[in-house]
Amino acid sequence: MISNEDNNNQHFARENHKIDTAVIRFVGDSGDGMQLTGTQFSDTAALFGNDVATFPNYPAEIRAPQGSLYGVSGFQVQFGSVEVSTPGDELDLLVAMNPAGLKTNLFAVKAGSTIIVDTDAFNKKNLEKAKYENNPLEDDSLSNYRVIKADITALTRESLKDLGLDNKSITRSKNMFTLGMVYFMYNRSLEHSESYLNKKFKSKPIIAEANIKALRTGFYYAETLELMSSTYVVEPAKMEAGTYRVVMGNDATAWGFMAAAEKAGLNLFLGSYPITPATDILHELVKHRHFGTKTFQAEDEIAGITSAIGASFAGSLAITTTSGPGLALKGEAIGLAMIAELPLVIVDVQRGGPSTGLPTKTEQSDLLQAMYGRNGESPVIIIAASTPANCFEYAFEASKLALEHMTPVILLTDGFIANGSAPWKIKSVKDLPEIKNKLVPNGTAKYEAYVRDEDRLARSWAIPGTPGLEHRIGGLEKDKVTGCVNQGPENHEYMVNIRAEKVKRVANFIPDIEAEYAQEGDLLVVGWGGTFGNIHAAVKEMADAGYKIGHAQFNYINPLPKNTADLFSKYKKIVVCELNLGQLVQIFRSQFGGFKFSQYNKVQGLPFTKSELTQHFKGLI
Amino acid sequence: MENNVKYTFKDFASDQEVRWCPGCDDYVVLRAMQKALPEMGVKKEDVVFVSGIGCSSRFPYYMDAYGFHGIHGRAPGIASGVKLANPNLSVWVMTGDGDAMAIGGNHFIHLLRRNIDIKIVLFNNEIYGLTKGQFSPTSLMGQKTKSSPYGNTQTPFIAGELAIGAQARFYARVAGNEPKAMTDIFIQAQAYKGTSLIEVLQNCVIFNDGCFTKFTDKDVKEDMQLFIEHGKPMIFGKEKNKGLVLNGLKLEIVTIGENDISESDILVHDAVEQDPTLHQMLIRLQYPMVTGVIRKIDDMTFEEREHQLTENIKSKSNYTSVDDLFFAGETYDVK
Repeated sequence: MISNEDNNNQHFARENHKIDTAVIRFVGDSGDGMQLTGTQFSDTAALFGNDVATFPNYPAEIRAPQGSLYGVSGFQVQFGSVEVSTPGDELDLLVAMNPAGLKTNLFAVKAGSTIIVDTDAFNKKNLEKAKYENNPLEDDSLSNYRVIKADITALTRESLKDLGLDNKSITRSKNMFTLGMVYFMYNRSLEHSESYLNKKFKSKPIIAEANIKALRTGFYYAETLELMSSTYVVEPAKMEAGTYRVVMGNDATAWGFMAAAEKAGLNLFLGSYPITPATDILHELVKHRHFGTKTFQAEDEIAGITSAIGASFAGSLAITTTSGPGLALKGEAIGLAMIAELPLVIVDVQRGGPSTGLPTKTEQSDLLQAMYGRNGESPVIIIAASTPANCFEYAFEASKLALEHMTPVILLTDGFIANGSAPWKIKSVKDLPEIKNKLVPNGTAKYEAYVRDEDRLARSWAIPGTPGLEHRIGGLEKDKVTGCVNQGPENHEYMVNIRAEKVKRVANFIPDIEAEYAQEGDLLVVGWGGTFGNIHAAVKEMADAGYKIGHAQFNYINPLPKNTADLFSKYKKIVVCELNLGQLVQIFRSQFGGFKFSQYNKVQGLPFTKSELTQHFKGLI
Repeated sequence: MENNVKYTFKDFASDQEVRWCPGCDDYVVLRAMQKALPEMGVKKEDVVFVSGIGCSSRFPYYMDAYGFHGIHGRAPGIASGVKLANPNLSVWVMTGDGDAMAIGGNHFIHLLRRNIDIKIVLFNNEIYGLTKGQFSPTSLMGQKTKSSPYGNTQTPFIAGELAIGAQARFYARVAGNEPKAMTDIFIQAQAYKGTSLIEVLQNCVIFNDGCFTKFTDKDVKEDMQLFIEHGKPMIFGKEKNKGLVLNGLKLEIVTIGENDISESDILVHDAVEQDPTLHQMLIRLQYPMVTGVIRKIDDMTFEEREHQLTENIKSKSNYTSVDDLFFAGETYDVK
């Protein structure tokens, strides 16, 4: 094991600075392993006890042409000894594996910060592809930064030449060399990455050895490098006591459903069709069949949801996962689940739209589709997760609401929190709230499918295999008691009203909306879903500076919390921030006509930055 | 699913008034199903009928069993979910030519390919009935319908051919006016483990009346239909003297007693042959119309494969609660 305590043989002065937070971005070709490098760094930081937030940002192409500007794949991480709620606006360190990476990311580097480049990649061909007329390493265009020029490719090759590996395998290890350098710069141990590499390449020990050697060589190289004039210490953060692990939003979503199934005493069934950025939920659930989890990769989005509806009819906790275009395809079937009044969770990991849009980028533009994208009067419960870690609790909550209220629930996440990772204080199943499913027990003599309970208006759930309770349901309008077909005018109106009332009453079972920072004052900043971290950071900064500013992030959208209007009334101004052209604000305007809402919108496939938010908010106060 | 209770057909009739047009073959299918179910040895509470949209898709309402009337074309998806969630159930998809092969074509072929133990009854009347008379994917070339007043210009699917192309292991065809044969085929389908497709040549008395009469009318059916059974020679005709032989790569109709042809020259039906070539030839034959169980081959079902995988993984895992997963691996404590 290597640690910086071994550094006493260095023969030049190096400053070791203590800092609260640092923001690093790794960029390179989409085949350079930047996602892996970034994940390794952030996991190591989290295991050390830092708070962490990550932002993978990659192109839609799997292996875009090498060196191209549009093929740059990036991974950003902010880690800190203080609370970290965003991946950060400006970079303290940019690691650029090629000219295209440097060119497309330089704008984000703080003046005076460090840039590590692989000089071997700054050849004529790559410079041309990146549309550089002059080599930026040779003119003064980077004079505002501390540039560490390292022959990373050549050094990696040299260090691995005796292993008898082919050139390609050797060159592929250069990301680990780079990671080693960055570990040195931030006083990190190699332990986690070494054990990760040993595990990942268990069946190819030579590849594990090469990667570990590259990692160590990079670390030692940085240690002897005079250009690395400063290293940094970021102490562990003060976090709530408990056992933690780092989770990606999509994995947390999958785990939330597994926990809900266990809590409800049901098998989990996922019907799904692969779609970016939702597929990782399928990838995760498919691993866990020993818990009774069943996954079904269907032939299309429609079969994904209809199989889930079938599984729900047969008594499973049924879910389907998708992203925007898939939600459109599922619309008719959501209506079926809604009129059949079956429990079902539809996860929409939102991405840039419309149509195929920006498949790998984030956006919040499916809210109105979730709200209204069906024929007929077809309300469903809509909730949204707001951080990678709380994807777990909102997946659990979506399941609980679906099962207890016997209705479909749409859970909205987005590419930003789904792919982002953060420390999660592990929740044990025994500490989660009870889920009381509506299953009709064996031995019940009489069953009328659409008789409802009083408080929730939920019907009960008799499943095939239960003797004596045979019944038929479906998409035709049903009799309000028996569930048999009844298309009578009064019955239809009654059913339309009661289904709407059922969703409205969910408001009695969800928590109030609470603001953080100023509880009343000049400005209420409203967000929903995955924008939490950035808005929180912006409002915190302004509140700390004395502004009377509060922040409310909505997780429950349909129905809205009962105290929503109350909260709005406590502030002089309200600004609703969304990564769309203004969708939640439309819902607010239709439900709370007495308030004036201003909007702050961004539709670039990117999350908000703290600085653009604070700038806008200052203009409003 | 094993059952000791003795049911009669009345036990499977629901209290709902049947609303098909008078004279529709759908009544025959309904009665055949109600008669077949007591013979299948399944418990009533384990039977689920799933349908899409169309005349035939009203079927579940008329059965006293569990039923789900879904959306257009999507019954295979719903049924797959039901069966995978609870493999103990006897799951039936009731569908039509438009529901299964137009709007639901994708789900239809994938259900057959996967071989989930679901029984599909395909009511093929070569027309859209519930939308009042447009051509369907099985309407004949040139057929005049409300949406093809000058004649249909689209090549029809042959349902069995499409199904076998999609890896169907069990395919049977039966005329809509043959309740006994239908009952028997339903019972065989239930006993078979795997996706079973039963195509019913169903007359639509309103929009496509007589579409199959040249094969199914009492007066002509013996001469025009060849009802095949596994292990028996392919003989048909009022006189039981016509049969099929293979001449090169073509089926040929011969007369027993003519040109030195005897019964032993006639092809014997082999429904369990894996190679679908001859099954496809029988399906495509325009005269005689071949009915009966044409293909019935052994294979593992999708859910059996899934179950095997699950048991294998379970045997290697000592996780009993998701907590075991959450707290395993790279966790760290904050004090």
